[in-house]
Amino acid sequence: MMKSALGRVYLTLVLIFLYAPIATLMILSFNSSKSRAHWGGFTLDWYLELFSNEEIMAAFRTTLFLAFLSALIATVLGTAACTGMQFMKRKGRSLIMGITNIPMLNADIVTGVSLMLLFLAARVSMGFTTVLIAHITFNIPYVILSVMPRYRELNKSTYEAALDLGARPLYAFFSVVLPDLMGAILSGFLMSFTMSLDDFIITHFTQGPGFDTLSTKIYSEVKKGINPQIYALSTIMFLVVLLLLFFVNYKPWAKRPHGEIKVTTKTQVIVASGKGGM
Amino acid sequence: MIKRIFSVLMLAVFALTLASCASSEGSTGDDVLYVYNWGEYIDPEVLTMFTDETGIEVVYDEFETNEIMYPKIEAGAVNYDLVCPSDYMISKMIENDLLQEINMDNIPNRENIGEDYWKNAESYDPGNIYSVPYVWGTVGILYNKTMVSDPVDSWGILWNEKYKDEIIMQDSVRDAFMVAERYLGYSMNTTDEDELQEAKELLQEQKHLVQAYVVDQVRDKMIGNEAALGVIYSGEAIYTQRENPDLEYVIPKEGTNVWIDAWVIPRNAKHKENAEKFINFLCRPDIAYLNFDYITYSTPNIPARDLIEDEDIRNSPIAFPVLSDYDLEAYTYLGEKADRHLSALWREVKSY
Amino acid sequence: MNSSKNRYLASPYLIWSAGFIIIPLIMVLYYAFTDYDGRLTFSNVSAIIYYVNIKALVLSVIFSVVATLFCLLIAYPLCLILTTVIKNGSSFLSLIFILPMWMNSLLRTYAWQNILERKGVINGILAFLNLPPFYIINKPPAILLGMIYDFLPFMVLPVYNSVSRIDKDILNAARDLGADSFDTFVRIIWPLSLPGVISGITMVFVPSLTTFVISDILGGGKILLIGNVIEQLFTQDSDWNAGAGLSAILMIFIVISMFVTAKYDREDIK
Repeated sequence: MMKSALGRVYLTLVLIFLYAPIATLMILSFNSSKSRAHWGGFTLDWYLELFSNEEIMAAFRTTLFLAFLSALIATVLGTAACTGMQFMKRKGRSLIMGITNIPMLNADIVTGVSLMLLFLAARVSMGFTTVLIAHITFNIPYVILSVMPRYRELNKSTYEAALDLGARPLYAFFSVVLPDLMGAILSGFLMSFTMSLDDFIITHFTQGPGFDTLSTKIYSEVKKGINPQIYALSTIMFLVVLLLLFFVNYKPWAKRPHGEIKVTTKTQVIVASGKGGM
Repeated sequence: MIKRIFSVLMLAVFALTLASCASSEGSTGDDVLYVYNWGEYIDPEVLTMFTDETGIEVVYDEFETNEIMYPKIEAGAVNYDLVCPSDYMISKMIENDLLQEINMDNIPNRENIGEDYWKNAESYDPGNIYSVPYVWGTVGILYNKTMVSDPVDSWGILWNEKYKDEIIMQDSVRDAFMVAERYLGYSMNTTDEDELQEAKELLQEQKHLVQAYVVDQVRDKMIGNEAALGVIYSGEAIYTQRENPDLEYVIPKEGTNVWIDAWVIPRNAKHKENAEKFINFLCRPDIAYLNFDYITYSTPNIPARDLIEDEDIRNSPIAFPVLSDYDLEAYTYLGEKADRHLSALWREVKSY
Repeated sequence: MNSSKNRYLASPYLIWSAGFIIIPLIMVLYYAFTDYDGRLTFSNVSAIIYYVNIKALVLSVIFSVVATLFCLLIAYPLCLILTTVIKNGSSFLSLIFILPMWMNSLLRTYAWQNILERKGVINGILAFLNLPPFYIINKPPAILLGMIYDFLPFMVLPVYNSVSRIDKDILNAARDLGADSFDTFVRIIWPLSLPGVISGITMVFVPSLTTFVISDILGGGKILLIGNVIEQLFTQDSDWNAGAGLSAILMIFIVISMFVTAKYDREDIK
């Protein structure tokens, strides 16, 4: 009993540590005074200003489009790679998995700098395309590490049975294999999507003129000084994340062992890939 | 083995071609203009008006310091059509062949820029070929009258132990070193190793008194009473005083930097004519006045100054100082090697 | 599955990763070992001994080690409590503890700036209560706090997953055989959770070693970490060779941590 009470106190303390900053930003987003130390009265002005701030809104659209497109391309490339790997020898497979690990474990700053050097050497104008390439590059590993384990669990006999029954390989793949993989593919896609949304460092090194994602926009706003629109933005983003997470966490396609949390992050993938025994 | 090397090379070629597909972007359409300017350095309304009048869409980006701007232009990875660097940076860009000549015939409104400013501009752009002045000003100390009891007339106050953690310095190499060099009585363009070392040591000595090294944040921090003293550009003085009447701007007696920020067209610009239209537009008195009212940095545009209704501001010694009253010096480009040396010294200060 | 052509499905990815993972890294190494005129040199890499760089690196290592330790010290008890003490809804609860991770990391760091500033939230409250002000902004503790806050969920998640996977029967058996809680912890829980702990350590250590954002936002430009030095070399000095040289040094650290993870993974499988 005593132990449980102590435990709860500890949990509460950590919760406060984690949520106090977010709560603070939320409260400040309704503060009519620009000061962070005085309450000037309740206002919704910062939200109105935020929604009429064309630059932030444009950055928001870019971010979503970029995340969607890069996750989509990464999912296609990654899933194809996983499928191809099933037909490879062990050596080739471990080579690919080795390469896949590089962007996962490498520091963002090194990844960003290395891509920047490539684009500069190729005399490429930096812009949407370069950032897209960078995002696809760091997204593919998440897809692969999410789809590969599912492939290992896959029952190969159904596919072979389909072939025996005269199905063409492509048809057999789409009707038998793909439905089984769908959950893993989707979670790979979602992982890529979130990683792309959150990235700052790699985008910072590969972006070009007139191009901003939310992260780079926030960075330049933060460097300019106090801007309560950013508080409003934080509040909205947190609420969206909260909703998304509940949606993702209760997604119907995720069949997972009870009690284990399955979430879309770098950490989780690292944990998972470690277990996969590469 | 040869086959393997060959395939690696093929891959490299493929990657580079893929990568260069990206280069097609940014050049689409002629009704566009890529502008790269300082943060909070234009009235957003002016951009809208320009687009309304000419149909040219402005893609607008901001930089924090000249030093951050330069590599982007130099690398050529970004094709800006119009950039607004400071004097010394313009001569560096001219020297490294990064700029193209402006066709002054396309800018009839250049007449509005005062004769004196064109003459001063000769120091970094001989013959006024590459640049059109946009704003100008000085660097000085902004202090809070309620928090500083000593008279503020010298850079020396920034080394006063009394104001520990109440001092904000500029996080920009030239400005930071200028403060120390001027305080020591040296030129702000010195390349003498002993003088530089002395300035560096002075800045290191100051570091424990400094609350933060920032650029654009100086203004919000001073308005919010977060610090007592800050090194700032004169253009911010009117704005900050408007927001917080306790603030006062001073040009220290040891002298300071006088600077001009001017529009230039990079060599790889793709919309030169649009850029010239934009410069011409900015030189129109009503537009220059709108900008002045918004950014509060001194305008070299004579008719625009006459449009200022508030007499105190029109004749403000801060916004429009009589230059001969002060010991002023402009930055000059020191050369590639000296530049890198200076920024290495600056890192030694910041990591001290 | 005999159609060997199918393995070419992996070739788009192989080409992609060769072009955008391998070649870029080779370019970093190329710039690291050449000078401005393309001549071979070791000076970019050996520049790490220059005292500004070595100081930044040592500081980064200290900060990241301390931040990792703190994260572990906070996360481990948390996961134990979540899995053993709380009976119902522990998986939902643990979700709450990693939720902040999805918020934009810049915003989370920015939040601390607002809280810690001299005229920030904490000092506003302290002033209201007539208490002396509390200044850690732009000082090492602020950066440390930012790192711990930003990366704590990266520790919670793997540790929680490994602790929650420990079979309850083993714990019961240990107790039946007379082991006290301390023994159970040292001999069973800790060893079994080690893979999670190692993952957590890498996940916190690498980003805090290489960050330049946290020190930028919470350090007021007064503290240079190795990430800041590299970022400035690239974006302000446009000295790619020097920047690449220091990046190459960072890669050594990353390779080491990869090996550590790989080693423990293999032991885990045994």
